[in-house]
Amino acid sequence: MHPRLELRNICKRYPGVVANDDVSLAIQPGEIHAVLGENGAGKSTLMKIIYGAAQADSGEIFCDGNPVAAHNPATSRALGIEMVYQHFALFESVSVVENIALSASSAFHLPSLAEKIRELSLRYGMPIDPHRQVHDLSVGERQRVEIVRCLLRTPKLLILDEPTSVLTPQAVVKLFETLRQLAAEGCSIVYISHKLDEVQELCDTATVLRNGKVTGTARPKETTSLELARMMVGSKLPEMHVSPPVPSEKPVLEVTNLSVKARDHFGVDLKDVSFDVRGGEIVGLAGVSGNGQAELIALLSGERTHGRSDAIRISGTPAAGLRADERRKLGLAFVPEERLGRGAVPSHTLWENTVLTAHRSGTVRNGLVDRRKASAFAAGIIDRFKVKANGPASTAQSLSGGNLQKFIVGREIALQPKLLLVSQPTWGVDVGASAFIRQTIVDLSRAGAAVLVVSEELDELFEICDRLLVICQGRVSPPLVRKTTDREEVGLLMTGRTMSKDQMASGSGDVALQD
Amino acid sequence: MDLFIAIFTGTIIAATPLIFAALGELVVEKSGVLNLGIEGMMLMGAALAFWAVTAGYSMPAAILAGALAGAAASLLFGVLALTFLTNQYAAGLALAIFGSGVSAFLGRGFGSEPIEALHGVDFPVLSGLPLIGPLLFRFDPMVYLALAMFVAISWFLYRTKAGLVLRTIGESPQTSHAIGYPVIRIRYMAVLFGGAMAGLAGAYLSVAYTPLWVENMTAGKGWIALALVVFATWRPLRILLGAWLFGGMTILQLQGQALGLEVPSELLSALPYLATIIVLVLISRNRQMLALHFPASLAKPFRPAS
Repeated sequence: MHPRLELRNICKRYPGVVANDDVSLAIQPGEIHAVLGENGAGKSTLMKIIYGAAQADSGEIFCDGNPVAAHNPATSRALGIEMVYQHFALFESVSVVENIALSASSAFHLPSLAEKIRELSLRYGMPIDPHRQVHDLSVGERQRVEIVRCLLRTPKLLILDEPTSVLTPQAVVKLFETLRQLAAEGCSIVYISHKLDEVQELCDTATVLRNGKVTGTARPKETTSLELARMMVGSKLPEMHVSPPVPSEKPVLEVTNLSVKARDHFGVDLKDVSFDVRGGEIVGLAGVSGNGQAELIALLSGERTHGRSDAIRISGTPAAGLRADERRKLGLAFVPEERLGRGAVPSHTLWENTVLTAHRSGTVRNGLVDRRKASAFAAGIIDRFKVKANGPASTAQSLSGGNLQKFIVGREIALQPKLLLVSQPTWGVDVGASAFIRQTIVDLSRAGAAVLVVSEELDELFEICDRLLVICQGRVSPPLVRKTTDREEVGLLMTGRTMSKDQMASGSGDVALQD
Repeated sequence: MDLFIAIFTGTIIAATPLIFAALGELVVEKSGVLNLGIEGMMLMGAALAFWAVTAGYSMPAAILAGALAGAAASLLFGVLALTFLTNQYAAGLALAIFGSGVSAFLGRGFGSEPIEALHGVDFPVLSGLPLIGPLLFRFDPMVYLALAMFVAISWFLYRTKAGLVLRTIGESPQTSHAIGYPVIRIRYMAVLFGGAMAGLAGAYLSVAYTPLWVENMTAGKGWIALALVVFATWRPLRILLGAWLFGGMTILQLQGQALGLEVPSELLSALPYLATIIVLVLISRNRQMLALHFPASLAKPFRPAS
């Protein structure tokens, strides 16, 4: 019997990098096959080649034993290959059923398609209402839409790219059940991830990539995480050093009874939010995205101001009415969730990007940019935070996600802030860089700074935070001490109370948990 | 009563070129392309249609010539903006200026004699009805065509798969490309359609509305059409209402001038423009609605990734 999909000696070069170097792998029918690797290891390129969104420079692809010559996403789909992207390929301004209709080959008849969607989504245990607008859906629900879209075409091979990075633990469990059910029906699944525990729990086989090369194939259920991690990272794994916190007496950041209406109906109202962060400690804010994090972050960073000035205090100074730059004068530094566009200007060079926030640190004199100082400043960050870049003159968009994130975190930390606000510090960043960024954040806090980390990754929060807050539907829970709480408790806070009104309204009463 | 009929029918007629031009631009912008050159395309359409009539072609042929001229002009923009990925604002402005220049050049030989205008339709029975006949059933065919286009475009955008594809390309060409739609080709078709509609609008001006040729006879209507699309928050019905509002103000100020109001006529002439913009600004203040209907990729060049 032929493998469902076989890759032989795939090579793909981009200017300056070899993304895939002689990669071969075989996926059997009904097999859940992990492609493990750090970001930048070449996983995404390989998937694009399988899916036909990119062409290999050399090498062969066989599907059920037949060679696949030059192909594109349309021919791949005709072969029964479907892909769920990490950044969902959904249109926000139209409904679920319209989104799916766009990639369905069937006649354009929305009512019958909606019926099919409802049936199929229930059969695989992930009910969705086909008539809801996508911008109203949570990330987990959007993923369901993506998966259902693929399932409608009864795929023979389903590719999932980092599917759990934005899901709650409960939603991950559900997703895995669905995937196992699919595999049992004979569908092959390619599961791209850098999360070892998930791969060990779910996958039958794993192909590990590093720097574009296959460094090993393993049966993850019979291999220890350490061995897998070695194949992935190569050198010794970075270890985290988190010493006990020494919180300052007075809080650096105080938020009291902050309530605010969302700016638009995509947002969530904040309801009576109160918490504080002391110097020397890291406080984590957990929650599924779209529960008010964006609003809270905008209010804390100063992108949005609030009428009651003492709702937010920074080092005792009422700051809720201050603009972002005035808050930065009080010692605030901020790493936003979106690296490109909000954390850095994509088309500008790294040194130009340092001037954006480091203009008070000597890179601007008498209103003129001191290029040499700015360049030196950027070079210092590149050096100190081990950013892989072509020097201070390379553009922000030329860096990989992890490296740009290191650069942005480095830029903010170089300002020696009293209060650091970080959103999704390691979203889409590989293991090595993640560990480095987390360690940097820990070091900053142990040197006395107050740090607030907003993240959807519980592992990350549990690794570095001293106290945890959970945000859900615009409400923030009382703080939990990390050492005395566990994932279950946090996970429940993230979901348990969120039997949301629109889910009630949509009539899918059999969904117990929103995810 | 005659005055009411005159104002009503005058409004509908004055709104017709705007309906054509703005609906065409709506389709273009919904695909994520911003063509600022409506004024230029309208002038090309007006000049060609006028020429065709004076050259002895039939009225339908002349109007078709206007539409083709508009489409040809828009193709110029399409090549620049879609194939060579130039800045869409610059390409559109260039087209506006180019169209006005070329049409003026073509029109040098046209003379200043008016031509016989497009006739009203004579519906059996209906046109003869008292009140309703003159109010609704004696317009020229282009007025009915404009309304038919409104229905057709609304239906196309919100009820057909092709319309859905067009709208989603306007939201995210990258995603559309990823699921296999020919973004550039569809955008070309939208641009050509918008050009043809602007050409129709221009043709209407020179063969029906004021059946003579005057340089720059569009007098800014292309820009008003452009503003209509934005202030109507990219929705067909609001475009229709906005165009009627503009038409109504145009007629009212003409009546006002005829009555000899003690207001400078220049100010009165500016009234329709002012009123349309004020009203549309007021109704487009709801930013949520704006966000929902705004084509997110508007004016952003798109190059398919390889």
